[in-house]
Amino acid sequence: MDAIILQLLNGLDKGSAYALIALGLTLIFGTLGVVNFAHGAMFMIGAFCAVTMQKILGISTITLDPEKLDFLGKPLQIKTPIVESLFGKGLGDSIINWSVPLSILLAIPVMLVLGYIMERGLIKHFYKRPHADQILVTFGLAIVLQEIVKYFYGANPIPTAAPDMFRGSIDFGVLIGFAENAIIYPAWRLVYFLFSMAIVGAVFAFLRFTTFGMVVRAGMADRETVGLLGINIDKRFTIMFGIAAAVAGLAGVMYAPINSPNYHMGMDFLVLSFVVVVVGGMGSLPGAVLAGFLLGILESFASMNEVKSVIPGIDQIIIYLVAIIILLTRPRGLMGRKGVMEE
Amino acid sequence: MSKFHVNRRTLIKSGAAIGAGLALPTIFTSSANAYMNEPKGGSVVFGFNVPQTGPYADEGADELRAYQLAVEHLNGEGDGGMIGTFSSKMLKGNGVLGKKVEFVSGDTQTKSDAARASAKSMIEKDGAIMITGGSSSGVAVAVQGLCQEAGIIFMAGLTHSNDTTGKDKKANGFRHFFNAYMSGAALAPVLAKNYGTDRRAYHLTADYTWGWTQQESIQAATEGVGWETVNNVLTPLATTDFSSYIAPVLNSGADVLILNHYGGNMVNSLTNAVQFGLRDKMVNGKQFEIVVPLYSELMAKGAGPNIKGVFGSTNWSWTLQDEGTKAFVKSFGEKYGFPPSNAAQTCYAQALLYADAAERAGTFDPCGIAESLEGFEFDGLGNGPTLYRKEDHQCFKDVLVMKGKEDPTNEYDALEIVEVTPRAQVEYAPDHPMFAGGDLGKCNSGA
Repeated sequence: MDAIILQLLNGLDKGSAYALIALGLTLIFGTLGVVNFAHGAMFMIGAFCAVTMQKILGISTITLDPEKLDFLGKPLQIKTPIVESLFGKGLGDSIINWSVPLSILLAIPVMLVLGYIMERGLIKHFYKRPHADQILVTFGLAIVLQEIVKYFYGANPIPTAAPDMFRGSIDFGVLIGFAENAIIYPAWRLVYFLFSMAIVGAVFAFLRFTTFGMVVRAGMADRETVGLLGINIDKRFTIMFGIAAAVAGLAGVMYAPINSPNYHMGMDFLVLSFVVVVVGGMGSLPGAVLAGFLLGILESFASMNEVKSVIPGIDQIIIYLVAIIILLTRPRGLMGRKGVMEE
Repeated sequence: MSKFHVNRRTLIKSGAAIGAGLALPTIFTSSANAYMNEPKGGSVVFGFNVPQTGPYADEGADELRAYQLAVEHLNGEGDGGMIGTFSSKMLKGNGVLGKKVEFVSGDTQTKSDAARASAKSMIEKDGAIMITGGSSSGVAVAVQGLCQEAGIIFMAGLTHSNDTTGKDKKANGFRHFFNAYMSGAALAPVLAKNYGTDRRAYHLTADYTWGWTQQESIQAATEGVGWETVNNVLTPLATTDFSSYIAPVLNSGADVLILNHYGGNMVNSLTNAVQFGLRDKMVNGKQFEIVVPLYSELMAKGAGPNIKGVFGSTNWSWTLQDEGTKAFVKSFGEKYGFPPSNAAQTCYAQALLYADAAERAGTFDPCGIAESLEGFEFDGLGNGPTLYRKEDHQCFKDVLVMKGKEDPTNEYDALEIVEVTPRAQVEYAPDHPMFAGGDLGKCNSGA
């Protein structure tokens, strides 16, 4: 039982990343009708916002210690972070320690601006072009973005630590009435899951309870009519593109301590997230979230040794298998609108 | 009934097609030269085939830096590096056999097909006299096979699978790097000494030639000192999140996790294992331990503090204090601003060993070079006295057992040497079961 709960937690955790990326993809597809293959790159850039914040907070003054030598036999360079000099060692250390949560402050404006520039500068020119053209141009953009990141940050994964208080694991089993040490789970992964739920909730609340969101939803249902009412729906959709980029970016920021960021991490998630979108139903926001968690959990259970011993390799194909079954039996996806992908 | 028409245009087109078709199988066996890509002018081209993208890209970048340094030193630029400490004194810094060394580079992408295509292009289009590099055994085995067919010498870079000089060995291929068997032989006694002989190990293994032979080797070596193997789970090379593979370890009854992973895979699997609290766990009344049989400095840097106290093995370390190592570290460090990785050292050594073999043979003919390298004993390239064994073209030298440093003084100080395992302890017979099968065959000069 404890193994099942552990895999369930793993699935929710994996599903969090899938759901957040798929949510952004669906927002873009639902509003602008664009199939955005650069969305994974947004996730990656979010993670690198965390790396950047870590580097900014690590900027140091250098003094030479003639007592100690470096690898070339020269006096060793001792680095003192400027944050420490400015705020004192205690507070300075704490600020550095909380670099990942703090990088949310960096990621939100960066992702909004990047999303805005992407949409206005490139993607808007492809609205009336076929989906194949959109896929090609956004895929190309994704490659360009990842090569830029590789140029500046290198190809190696960059360790990005969670704050000390979330770095270890917690006894999750005790919280739900199991014996001590029965279910140990990484603290940051639980934070990631809760954070994802909060972001999903915020996006839904934004669309549901604000006037802006109401107009966007109306635009998603009938763009022309909303336009005829004198509302500049294009501007709102551009903002939604920025919000979608920010959602992916925040997913990336908080993912950084789970697996060290590297330049191709966006591509690793992209294809799976598209499958999630299709399974959930193209254009359906609740569908994207539901399918994200569902496929994350299924993938997690499929990777159990007991399951793999019965069906070897099932963990590698489970997501695609589910996608095939859903598309054959219900082409519009779990919660997609009738008619989408059914013609 | 159809008629067979032949006119001038058809004849020319058919002739060209037949000519091209006939020429295709012999593209690697042109008889215009005495051997494949015999250099005619004042220069000779080396082909550096390294991963510039993919999970081992950082190793590839360091390999390329080392190769560029080797070319400089061979051409008499820079401080000469290990040429000055190399026991063979044939290299004078005037190129090789009087020809200036030039190079071309390719991206293996850590994929066998891409690596073969890139090596083929360097041989056919750039006239590379030899190919060297790689950071994956799958790639090394594939490119070694291609070089054998082409009649080109392959000086393997980073490849640790037993198969490279085992069942997939080739007469035109030579490996300076150590292998999985040697890692196991060096590591197991140290593990037994530190963790005891009553341990239960769970393996996670990269699902390709290197992972398989690494796992087989470390399992045999640890079982040899009394450990039990609980399970071995294969993980695809493209895996980035290992949490699903780590979770079952918790309830498996194992008290040691052995990560037969490398590069970005190892960084992620180790990070996940630490996140799941494995290093804080007590199992079977013992502290849970993690082992990474094959270490690299770049991996250690990527894994950050998670590497502390974790045992592994490596081919070479920049912290060694022999004259060759000191010369190379100075040369590399002053040029690039950081110490070289063991991938860089093995590639640098391979470039020098090839050049030296050509000088000693007096020719670039692959068969002359192969003969010159077989059974060659040397010193001064950072690993102590080393033998290029004739039977399988594997180098034999001391192996380093390393441990993640508890209290690193700087970002390059992640690993410390625990033991320099003497060569005799890691040697094996050429027909050892883990290396059985395959045939070295005969040298192919492409003539």
